[in-house]
Amino acid sequence: METLGFLMEGFAVALTPYNLMFALFGAFVGTLIGCLPGLGPANGVAILIPLAFTLGLPPETAMILLTAVYAGAMYGGRISSILLNIPGDEPAMMTCLDGYPMAQKGRAADALAISAVASFAGGLIGTIGLIMLAPILAKFALTFGPAEYFALFLLAFATLGGITGKNPMKTVIAATIGIMISTVGIDISTGTQRYTFGVLELYEGIDFILAIVGLFAISELLFFVESRVGGGREKINVGKLTLSFKELVSTIPTQLRGGVLGFIAGVLPGAGASLGSFISYTLEKQVLGKKGKFGEGDIRGVVAPEAGNNGASSGALVPMLTLGVPGSGTTAVLLAMLISLNITPGPLMFTQNADIVWGVIAALLIGNVMLLLLNIPLVGFFVKLLSVPPMYLLPIVTMVAFVGIYSISHSTFDLYFMVAFGIAGYFLRKLEIPLVPIILGLLLGPEMEKNLGHALILSDGSWGILWGSPLAVGLWVVAGLGLVLPYVVGPLLRRRMNAAMKESPVSD
Amino acid sequence: MMIKRTLSFVAMAAFSVSALAWQPSGKVECIAPADPGGGWDFTCRSVGNVMQELGLVEGSVQTVNMAGAGGGVAYAHTVSKRADDDKLIVAASTATTTRLAQKQFPGMDAGMVKWVGALGADYGIIAVSKDSEYQNLNQLFEAVKANPKSVKFSGGSARGGWDHLKVLIAAKAAGVEKLPSIPYLSYNNGGEAMTQVVGGQVDAFTGDVSEATGFMDSGDLRVLAVLSEERLPGKFSHIPTAREQGIDALGPNWRGFYMPEGASEESKEYWVAAVDTLYASEEWKKVMKSNGLIPFHPPANEFESFVRQQVKDIETLSREIGLLK
Repeated sequence: METLGFLMEGFAVALTPYNLMFALFGAFVGTLIGCLPGLGPANGVAILIPLAFTLGLPPETAMILLTAVYAGAMYGGRISSILLNIPGDEPAMMTCLDGYPMAQKGRAADALAISAVASFAGGLIGTIGLIMLAPILAKFALTFGPAEYFALFLLAFATLGGITGKNPMKTVIAATIGIMISTVGIDISTGTQRYTFGVLELYEGIDFILAIVGLFAISELLFFVESRVGGGREKINVGKLTLSFKELVSTIPTQLRGGVLGFIAGVLPGAGASLGSFISYTLEKQVLGKKGKFGEGDIRGVVAPEAGNNGASSGALVPMLTLGVPGSGTTAVLLAMLISLNITPGPLMFTQNADIVWGVIAALLIGNVMLLLLNIPLVGFFVKLLSVPPMYLLPIVTMVAFVGIYSISHSTFDLYFMVAFGIAGYFLRKLEIPLVPIILGLLLGPEMEKNLGHALILSDGSWGILWGSPLAVGLWVVAGLGLVLPYVVGPLLRRRMNAAMKESPVSD
Repeated sequence: MMIKRTLSFVAMAAFSVSALAWQPSGKVECIAPADPGGGWDFTCRSVGNVMQELGLVEGSVQTVNMAGAGGGVAYAHTVSKRADDDKLIVAASTATTTRLAQKQFPGMDAGMVKWVGALGADYGIIAVSKDSEYQNLNQLFEAVKANPKSVKFSGGSARGGWDHLKVLIAAKAAGVEKLPSIPYLSYNNGGEAMTQVVGGQVDAFTGDVSEATGFMDSGDLRVLAVLSEERLPGKFSHIPTAREQGIDALGPNWRGFYMPEGASEESKEYWVAAVDTLYASEEWKKVMKSNGLIPFHPPANEFESFVRQQVKDIETLSREIGLLK
């Protein structure tokens, strides 16, 4: 009941016209970003971070904007999956499997409509799960000491490659790069400077917002310059909506299953939305195996992954908000934003920044309704946007990135740094080294180091403290499983997923 | 140097003829050596607003954010590029003196700027969880004296930072000998550090009183002592000081300003007077109240020596714990 009261206060925050406007804007831009192939939710949020700083938004509004973008990108990903057979982002891969065949049969409008409804159901289930689970987990987090946190960060790193990771070695390299960057600056455990070479600007370390915007937004621009995709795509005809009410009702069980499964997948650190959509599709296929025509344009084959990935996107917020450990790449970017706003995720945030947490959660609920409304009547509009040449979009992105980063610290040094990160990001992507583990390494590396140091201070140098509590042991076991499972199950899953994936987006 | 002296003398003479007191004309700049949103940013913006309200400045006070190296970038900028700017003030606090004392601004020391004045402070506290066995500061430090490793402290600054130093100041005053052995766990901010104390993983919290309000109100945190000269006003008045428990430890985290060393004496006189007027005003009292600032304002002629003494104390302490060689 206490939760309900907080949620009502959250609505009071989210329903102010100012915040509502930014939620709507975020939902709209998010959908747009999601439907552009290659631009995933992590990029979307990264691109919008500088805008939040440029406009000087208050913390709650900034977070509402970014979570709306996040939810919007999850909705938008399906549009190009269905129409072009190119997933707008990684979690939307599974939607290609039945979405594109439906479009080929002339039922594109139906596929878009039903997938919007499924996204809504998944998002709603996920958000309800978040509302129920987060406060409990936040209280539980109080029992986490340094040893448990160390094991938890280890778990996050172990599951990092996840089941969808292509090359475990490259994931390790990426995470290591992130950790290396994070060691620059003052080491808070000893009070000494590391790798600063007497350069004053490096004393406080490298701001991860710079790294994120550089790696994602600027490298995107460089890719565009290289490929000169100036023409845009041909206009696509969506056709007429023929979806019957009966058909809609028949998919409700699929929506519920997908949403719940997706949510669970999302809560697990490292797994994220791609896994959510994958397992809900696979389960649906198992359950309805003979009755459905999966892979040939079965409507439930569109519903399951969409409910799954939207459920997962809310689920991934649970560990991020309660423990400060992101469940996916996008939530890692959101975490970076929270830290930049001087808000520490964890149990304290639920008491000290209750207005922000519950405002964001309420905004997710409102955002889902907005997105449903946006996505059914306006789907034609987004389809048209698919044919807008990127030459008009990317310069805007670049401008916002520069203005935003400059407005954070008023330092030209930071701008050079951002460009350097952009160039590095370009080459890393050329080498197919994933960018998300870099961000996670950057964010989680120092935390892991700090907690290891603290645990050893507490135990007076005895390493036994690291597995001294049942909770820590449990986390170690899950971490072990997370490390081993991808080698057992991974190749199988990956083959199936890759079959659906032609154009590779950055990552979830 | 000679020429410069002469020039400033000439300028001084010119001023005293043309006007009775120097006053900045046009726009005044206040550098906040951090990103928007932090304490220094708050100092510049609120002081700027009140000064304009009171008519202490003719034009506007523009806040310029210059983050980096915990204030080092702004310090270097003031020393090297704005050395004789009369219309510049820079926000500072105990964090600035700590870094100066620990030589974290390479090649620079506290004597390279003029210290203007302080406008209030946030006082250090030492607190434990509500379930802790320690009921007062003496019990806590008796335990530390018996075994320096027996009480683990957590705080929101790096090792050697202000939160850590407050523990050491208090421990030293209580007669603890092995200061470097006292375990200190550094967190990114006071909130994280408090969570560990409330959760029972760490024994004691060191921080500022304003950080602890949330957990104090909820009853999860028992504040053993505040490191101030007298009891704090308002809702903090029930917290005993360390002094009244026989431990003579002070830990004010003051907020104030410095200005370039080369700025004219008239401008310094003007700024010191302006800070005095501001501090005495009703408008500023309102700002202090709504932001949890506690009165702290050494007389104008003493502030410079206060800063130097603080730097010296921190330097000695840092050497004792081996942070400075």
